[in-house]
Amino acid sequence: MPVITYRDALNQALFEEMRRDDRVFIMGEEVGVYQGAYKVSKGLLQEFGEMRVVDTPITELGFAGVGVGAAMVGLRPIIEFMTWNFALLALDQVVNSAAKMLYMSGGQYNIPMVFRGPNGAALQLSAQHSQAWESWLSHIPGLKVVAPGTPYDAKGLLKSAIRDDNPVIVLEGEMLYNTKGEVPEEEYTIPIGKADIKREGDQCTIVTFGKMVLVAMQVADQLAKEGISVEVVDLLSLRPMDTEAIAESIRKTNRAVVLEEGWEVAGMGAQIVDVIQRECFDFLDAPVLRVHQADVPMPYAKNLEKAAKPDAPKTIAAVKKVMYID
Amino acid sequence: MATKIVMEALSPTMEEGRLVKWLKNEGDQIAKGEVLAEIETDKAVMELVARGEGVLRKRVLGEGETAPVGNLVGVIAAPDEDISALVAGAGGPVKADEQAKPPTEVVAKTQESAGASSVPTTPNASQGEASAPPQQKTQRIGNAAPRREQPPVPEPITEQAPHAIGNGGRLRASPLARRLASENGLDIQRLSGSGPGGRIVKRDIEAAIAAGPQAAPAAAPARAAAVTGADYEDIALTQIRKTIARRLAESIGPIPTFYLTIEVDMTAVAELREAMKELGSDFKVSYNDILMKAVATALEKHPEVNAHWLGDRIRQFNRVHLGMAVAIDEGLITPVIFDANRKGLSEISAEASALAAKARSRKLTPEEYTGSTFSVSNLGMFGIDQFTAIINPPEVGIIAAGALEEKPVVVGGEVVVRKRMRLTMSCDHRVVDGATGAKFLRTLRQMLENPLMLVY
Repeated sequence: MPVITYRDALNQALFEEMRRDDRVFIMGEEVGVYQGAYKVSKGLLQEFGEMRVVDTPITELGFAGVGVGAAMVGLRPIIEFMTWNFALLALDQVVNSAAKMLYMSGGQYNIPMVFRGPNGAALQLSAQHSQAWESWLSHIPGLKVVAPGTPYDAKGLLKSAIRDDNPVIVLEGEMLYNTKGEVPEEEYTIPIGKADIKREGDQCTIVTFGKMVLVAMQVADQLAKEGISVEVVDLLSLRPMDTEAIAESIRKTNRAVVLEEGWEVAGMGAQIVDVIQRECFDFLDAPVLRVHQADVPMPYAKNLEKAAKPDAPKTIAAVKKVMYID
Repeated sequence: MATKIVMEALSPTMEEGRLVKWLKNEGDQIAKGEVLAEIETDKAVMELVARGEGVLRKRVLGEGETAPVGNLVGVIAAPDEDISALVAGAGGPVKADEQAKPPTEVVAKTQESAGASSVPTTPNASQGEASAPPQQKTQRIGNAAPRREQPPVPEPITEQAPHAIGNGGRLRASPLARRLASENGLDIQRLSGSGPGGRIVKRDIEAAIAAGPQAAPAAAPARAAAVTGADYEDIALTQIRKTIARRLAESIGPIPTFYLTIEVDMTAVAELREAMKELGSDFKVSYNDILMKAVATALEKHPEVNAHWLGDRIRQFNRVHLGMAVAIDEGLITPVIFDANRKGLSEISAEASALAAKARSRKLTPEEYTGSTFSVSNLGMFGIDQFTAIINPPEVGIIAAGALEEKPVVVGGEVVVRKRMRLTMSCDHRVVDGATGAKFLRTLRQMLENPLMLVY
């Protein structure tokens, strides 16, 4: 099976879906002539032309709104945000137009569109450009949210997102674009709303998603050397969330750590812990612990940024704590 | 400066003390040497004396609660002094690692409290041991420490049980541990926890299951609701009762048994039985039936004998469920006549013969041979004059009945022939003392010699 980058996996998904359905088009800053700020849209302009690969001004609210309008009249837009930090400006279109249109039009207008771009911190981009928005976006009824952590999942989920008749948020990662993984040549999609057990174990469950899946896998490897068997549940989709997969794993392991990139307060982990306490109360041997970013704007200084980010050592400490290993 | 009030070693062998009564209230002005509280040691109730002066700011240990020597009992300080750190450090009952600390730590605590007040130079006679100079006391604690190694290992269940009981007496256990305990029929109250704050977690349950059924048996299943009140009452162990239990068990096997024998005049019972027989076959009862009825009725008057020893407490039953030892080909089984004290002779007779028949054909269900509160064993039909029966734990007594025999005895200065029977009671000394057993037997004798007492 070919090993390709996360970036190329997304690029393949875009090519395949744009060839498959000529209503699909991509729009955003630098997606065309510049071939994408992170080269995810590389080659699209050459094959599909300016009508379907549209460079926009630096106007997130504007082109997101154009996208919603296009979706209302039957097209299937893919809106690329250079990063989700910039998408804050477009949230009114995402939340008030895209997410609610089907409901508020009495079912007349569904919005088959994708908003995608890198989410979370990269390296030393400081407070305004190092933010994880998944809990904001997952909060909204009417949106679907996916957060792939591997090239395979990125391709399969982006294809499903493009084919979905509702607005889907795809959260990628600047630090993920260069990561590599096996992606089959034959076509496949990954259903939205299904989690994936990335590693089986029976002593503690780490529930995570997106970039943190890689951290969880490191943790599992390291703890395996100490004889601790960790199961990694990769949610893949945050909304709808595969709560049964979470519960099934914890009913087996009796202990859980929730690992996420964002902040603690009202973060995704809070929602996940709520599911766990409700579905697994009688199976829990320890309180569920969360590993997340420190409750501060992301520091620019390298050492402070490292200290603020969730990482493998913090996760290992949490796993040992829920296992009552001192 | 604040003075910690700590549990002092008020007897040479004291390892923990129970606070019987506070004699001062929070907010009371305290002078050095004043009596603060009464402490029950393993030997007696002693006075705990103030080592410093000021206001009694906090009573950390509640009345009736027990604390190991060296633990914080209360705080004396100036009215506005911040004592939160002192009180916060106290916690609940000690954790395992705290108990395991070397004796020097305990000494340090005591010295700290002593340092707050000047050491009394002349021991006050009226204060007895409680006011012994601190130097002497620290020595004692130091000496006492190695004694921790003395109690044999098989005790840990009851010894550690308080660990899981956190602040406010609430049991700490993970939801999973609670569920596993209930699924495995374990009494979680009697397990110790290895998690933070003594929380009982999965591995503690697994250890208890691995340790086998003796580790923490569930309470005997409750029978159908009683006519009046609760089925039983749990009585907290006093320090003296704990010491008796431990010392006597060390001396003789797991159950420190002793035996009391009486010879009962059964002439009146024989006459009663004959008279009933003449009323027709419906009224025919055996000597054993009458003995059972008498024992049940006597137990009602002596609940201290109608009890179970549960390791950390004594359970006194308000109902009488009488076990009846029945010899079968394979050995012995003890079916139970429930609420025997509330049943008439004819009922007991019918039930006893039905249970005996079921026992011999091995058709007894577990409900029919568990739950007894006291037992009777009778080898009279085999011509045994007298014997001692083995207690059926957790019961604390059993009556062994010998054969009815015509004997010459002296009654009113004349030798006459009477029907006599020997009864021997085996008593668990952890619960039943000699006099307690004797009083029960006196009632039993009175009833058998005056069987009309059974029909009032």
